[in-house]
Amino acid sequence: MGRHLVLALLLLLAPAAAAAQDSDAGRVPLPTIVKGKGEACVADTAYMRRYHMTELDHQRDETMHRGVRTRKFSLKECVDCHATPAPTGGYVSVNAPGQFCRSCHDYAAVTIDCFQCHAARPGETATKRAGEFPRTAGKFRQESEVQ
Amino acid sequence: MTGRTPQQGFDPQRRRFLSAAAAAAGVTLAPGVTLYGVTAAGSAAARAPEDPVTSSVRWGLLVDVNKCRDGCNACVTACVEENGLRGNGRPETDAQWIRKVELRDPSTGAKRSLPLMCQHCASPPCVDVCPTGASFKRADGIVLVDKHICIGCRYCMLACPYKARSFIHEVVEDQKPYAPRGKGTVESCTFCVHRVDEGRTPACVEACAEAGGDAMTFGDLNDPNSRISKQVAAYVTDQIRPDLGLDPGVRYRNL
Ligand code: SF4
Ligand code: SF4
Repeated sequence: MGRHLVLALLLLLAPAAAAAQDSDAGRVPLPTIVKGKGEACVADTAYMRRYHMTELDHQRDETMHRGVRTRKFSLKECVDCHATPAPTGGYVSVNAPGQFCRSCHDYAAVTIDCFQCHAARPGETATKRAGEFPRTAGKFRQESEVQ
Repeated sequence: MTGRTPQQGFDPQRRRFLSAAAAAAGVTLAPGVTLYGVTAAGSAAARAPEDPVTSSVRWGLLVDVNKCRDGCNACVTACVEENGLRGNGRPETDAQWIRKVELRDPSTGAKRSLPLMCQHCASPPCVDVCPTGASFKRADGIVLVDKHICIGCRYCMLACPYKARSFIHEVVEDQKPYAPRGKGTVESCTFCVHRVDEGRTPACVEACAEAGGDAMTFGDLNDPNSRISKQVAAYVTDQIRPDLGLDPGVRYRNL
């Protein structure tokens, strides 16, 4: 009985393990990085990897308290670019297992609190409806280059 | 890194001086150079996304109670839709940013129906009592809760004389991208700050006009040329419980 349970669990986990393997042919397991929209992120991948939370934290105070609405380090913009379209229409949450935010965070064992309050899917944003803010120009670089 | 904006102390004298200075600057600049673009939100300076809000603007709302129809709920519906305030079918605990209040004078039987929301007080008690600094007033007079800091103690709910705030008791899902909301924090009317920041009016004001009520005027109380300033100058308007000395940004006419 116990052995059957273990076997069933292994079978369940097998596809997940296979998916994790896809991202890396070598011996070191790596998180699956879902490619975002567009050519590259608003900053180098190496920089974003280390400092995205610093930038997001800074932006949150600027927007919340001072009404600054630049888009470069806005969480909304992250979600807009990094959410993948769902096969059934709409988008998959960036906080869903295997998706952009979650896969790295799971790998690093860091919980994400953002999406307890923030939308994890692109939506009809206020900015888009008004369509007046210019998109912040970024330096473009292929995400795959720095894998 | 995470320096908070200092609270804007309420100093009418200084404010008057500042707006006078701003007006003077507008005049001395070359004619033909428009410093202050007229926006849908009531002739406030069009602000670039990278510019912070300043106290040269004070957002206000004027409700003409004579035009507010008994039984009309357009503003409330619009608020719920705009900010994604889907409830759980439990009115006692579901969030409520704006509600219709029916008043009746028992001696005459006269009835009044009006919308009530956060009054965006110039001296907000909710800010005074907040132990964390989460409840704050923006330089342009909009009172908000920074939910990143709010610990959900609900002290502000007790302090607010207008019963304007709600505590979120349950997990929230499918929030609007521009209106983050979550369990364990307190929230209230934001004057649709995301819309105001891009030069639009709050959803309730728009809905009221669309429903043919046209009972609400939103705009900059510091700008003498805004529609709201002209109206409050021309007619007698009331603040609710002015005796408390909170100087609400929401005013009522024909109350
Ligand atoms: S109405 Fe209540 S919540 Fe709004 S600013 Fe005044 S005290 Fe604060
Ligand atoms: S509930 Fe939040 S905003 Fe209100 S007083 Fe407590 S910490 Fe401040």
